[in-house]
Amino acid sequence: MEINLEEQFQAKIEQEIKIEPRDWMPEKYRKTLLRQISQHAHSEIVGMLPEGNWITRAPNLRRKVALLAKVQDEAGHGLYLYSAAETLGMSRDQMLEELHTGKAKYSSIFNYPTLTWADMGAIGWLVDGAAIMNQVPLCRTSYGPYARAMVRVCKEESFHQRQGYEIMLTLCKGSEAQKAMAQDALNRWWWPSIMMFGPNDDNSPNSAQSMKWKIKRFSNDELRQKFIDVTVSQTEILGLTIPDKDLKWNESRGHYDFGTINWEEFNNVVAGKGPCNKERLNARVKAWENGAWVRDAATAYAEKRANKKNNSTEAA
Amino acid sequence: MTNKEWPLWEVFIRAKQGLNHKHVGSLHAADQTMAIENARDVYTRRMEGVSIWVVESKYIHANEPSEQDALFDPANDKVYRHPTFYILPEELNHM
Ligand SMILES: [Fe+2]
Ligand SMILES: [Fe+2]
Repeated sequence: MEINLEEQFQAKIEQEIKIEPRDWMPEKYRKTLLRQISQHAHSEIVGMLPEGNWITRAPNLRRKVALLAKVQDEAGHGLYLYSAAETLGMSRDQMLEELHTGKAKYSSIFNYPTLTWADMGAIGWLVDGAAIMNQVPLCRTSYGPYARAMVRVCKEESFHQRQGYEIMLTLCKGSEAQKAMAQDALNRWWWPSIMMFGPNDDNSPNSAQSMKWKIKRFSNDELRQKFIDVTVSQTEILGLTIPDKDLKWNESRGHYDFGTINWEEFNNVVAGKGPCNKERLNARVKAWENGAWVRDAATAYAEKRANKKNNSTEAA
Repeated sequence: MTNKEWPLWEVFIRAKQGLNHKHVGSLHAADQTMAIENARDVYTRRMEGVSIWVVESKYIHANEPSEQDALFDPANDKVYRHPTFYILPEELNHM
């Protein structure tokens, strides 16, 4: 009996049957997922750096505990996702190696600097907001471990966006200088945030295959449009202005029109020429290298304890 | 530097007293104590659990997905194991 594994696989996908680690899958499906999930994990981990920059300088204890909890959540997200990626056959150390050598990418947004406290507001509101828009459909992605990780992530994300928006709101209700600081943060984070959805659909060659495999459920442009549509009214409540003179409601489309994205900037940051690429990668490599003795000591201690236990059971 | 990766552990959490432990994910740790502590930090930051089990992943044994049909087939045609198989009069309530 001649069984076409690839057809069977696609049939499962069509029937919304989740794919699990030991099920047969096309090599390209495995590779695509491995790249996407590990990049996603790296983004969560590198994403702690811009916000970590402000934990010690949070304006009060309420803000400090919230930011600390948020950054800790991002570490957790990274760990859920690394675990999901490992089920596809790459070791954790190998993934970290790819991050540290620059072979693996992470979200470009984290290569921008956090210059003022208002950036904590803008990041929570816009960067986590855009991430949520991307992540909610991933809760239904076709690969079981990825979908389950995303369910946990999405449950935790909503507080991230709300705490960011609250920071913006407080600044906007404050002094002129505080409101100006919020506007400046919006000006700097707006375009990088809408670039988070990735290249336009006609420039995103792998998208069609990912949609067919139901790894993705919506295209980059669809998600970007959705994000812009919901963010406009949130900006109006703050009394701020989105830095795009072409942004306007289009009655016939039922969506906001918006200006042209500077893809040259995007490509530059992806290629490693963003304002903080070097700094971010150095920070990760340094953390890994400085932690080596801790990992070794823990391994040595575990081995010693295991040996002791073996010896004592032999004696008894 | 030994360059040795910490082993992988599967984490099971009891959400509250009276429920069974449920698999929630995995993590790396040098030993069982660290695995439990890491599981607390990674999987119970919002009171998701009252009890944690960790099992080193290498001790989990599973059936082959390709043999799934053969393995579960014997249960497939035994409808008489379900209460709805039995035809009883309508006036007989609550059975
Ligand atoms: Fe996250
Ligand atoms: Fe987040």
